[in-house]
Amino acid sequence: MAINIEQPNISQRPHKSPANKLFRMLGAACCCLIVLVMAGIVIELFIKSQLSMNTFGWGFLTSSTWDPVNGKFGALSSISGTIVTTIIALIIAVPMSLVVSIFLVELAPEKLSGIFGTAIELLAAIPSIIYGMWGLFVFVPIMGKYINPLLSKWFGNTFLFSGPSSSGLGILTAGCILALMVLPFITSVMRDILMMVPPVMKESAYGLGATTWEVTKDVSIPYGLRGMVGAVFLGLGRAIGETMAVTFVLANDHTLSSSLFAGGNTIASTLAVEFTEASDGLYLSSLVQLGLVLFLITAIFQIIAQVWLKYAGKNGGRS
Amino acid sequence: MSEVIIQNPKISVRDLNFYYDGHQALKSNDLDIAENRVTAIIGPSGCGKSTHIRTYNRIFEMYKGQKATGEIIMDGENLLDPSIDLIDLRLRIGMIFQRPTPFPMSIYNNVAYGLRLKAKTSKNELDDKIEESLIKAALWNEVKDKLHESGTHLSGGQQQRLCIARAIAVEPEVLLMDEPASAIDPVGTAKIEELIEKLKELYTIVVVTHNMQQAARISDYTAFFFEGDVIEFGITSDMFSRPKKQQTEDYITGRFG
Repeated sequence: MAINIEQPNISQRPHKSPANKLFRMLGAACCCLIVLVMAGIVIELFIKSQLSMNTFGWGFLTSSTWDPVNGKFGALSSISGTIVTTIIALIIAVPMSLVVSIFLVELAPEKLSGIFGTAIELLAAIPSIIYGMWGLFVFVPIMGKYINPLLSKWFGNTFLFSGPSSSGLGILTAGCILALMVLPFITSVMRDILMMVPPVMKESAYGLGATTWEVTKDVSIPYGLRGMVGAVFLGLGRAIGETMAVTFVLANDHTLSSSLFAGGNTIASTLAVEFTEASDGLYLSSLVQLGLVLFLITAIFQIIAQVWLKYAGKNGGRS
Repeated sequence: MSEVIIQNPKISVRDLNFYYDGHQALKSNDLDIAENRVTAIIGPSGCGKSTHIRTYNRIFEMYKGQKATGEIIMDGENLLDPSIDLIDLRLRIGMIFQRPTPFPMSIYNNVAYGLRLKAKTSKNELDDKIEESLIKAALWNEVKDKLHESGTHLSGGQQQRLCIARAIAVEPEVLLMDEPASAIDPVGTAKIEELIEKLKELYTIVVVTHNMQQAARISDYTAFFFEGDVIEFGITSDMFSRPKKQQTEDYITGRFG
């Protein structure tokens, strides 16, 4: 007896359907758009900063003179302010995030972990302008009254911690506020990564007689190393371009100082404050070039991260 | 329960019950584990065979809501006694898991891991111990030229032998293996089975397996578990040729499970 099996009709199989083709084209178009926008921004920044480039050359990067009245512009204080505030933010936020995420995943009772986890995510939802205002009205006085004088005393009023410290404004304060801002981002990514470590990996370390700390340090963190570095760079990316949270507490000071108590500016804060005031072509062009510099700094950090990750991946940990 | 009497067992389990989230997974298990022999634990999925061996090194305590009662006597001590030092216990009872779990570090450091936790060891001593462990785990010839490469780049079977080397480096008395070959290809499985045969001269081995042919090939004694009970325990060859309980016979003849 013959069994009648219906042959699948090849031409009607899904991969030939017009919807598939349409989706592929749509996807490709979206990808192209991203690349085009990206290229457009870079080109635009480049063109608009031509005037400033031609006027100051490489000197733009090495001069800290910022004198709109006499038309002299140098980016050094902005670059240094951007990098130093970001470094301070990461020095504070990365270890704290690591400790908090380890606590949430490995140590805290389930209920507590849920409550803290939500609180941290809420922190990420606060608009940066609120951080800026809180910083100016609440945090600046605390820094000026207690923390700065204490640091000044401990370090004998030298180098990084020298000069008048009682105003509470300045690079250090800005860095601290940035740290608080990026903390929830880094923490929530690190927590997710620690939670993704397969239980059997942890079990096999516990099975060798390791303690919770040893398991976390030797197995969980190296297992999620790529993600951990990703988390740090997420924080770095936010800190480096943050505008409103730092503008209030930096006093927009373009003089270069070695002290963290001194006022300063970051590229983003300068752009925010001065763009509306830029009266002539050279001033505007210098600000645009400042934007280009910010873009390049971010790109350089990204490249360093990629190269480092490649190296770390090959090495397979300490040996 | 068991008709076979084990003289001077390495581990004696008496009235072992296990609960998680209010559910009882093991029901009054009694079992004797013979020293320097391979004991296989077989049974259908969910019968509690993995759960049973996970009580020996108390690895279940990582998870909330899991509890074991009863006695697991090894060398006169009840391993479930809260005063037992967990780190010391886990150095005495090593464990191999279903999936190979090389740590994200070099082959050398994988094997050195437990040793470094156990005690400060000099570089020379460490080198010797690592070579010895890798030789015992039948992996030395394959990795001796790449000790400082990542352990995660080895094949599945090699990774599992690396985990065995890591476990035996700290010189445990007992090795628990939870379906050690279930994720390994046939060639790798054969090597691991061969290795288990050799390792029993040095260690007391308990192997959980869902593969009855494997149990028949490598074990001296077999325990059949069903729904949290130890249904039958005996010498492996006897059990596979003349099972005493109907449930055992049904399982090993493939009627269920």
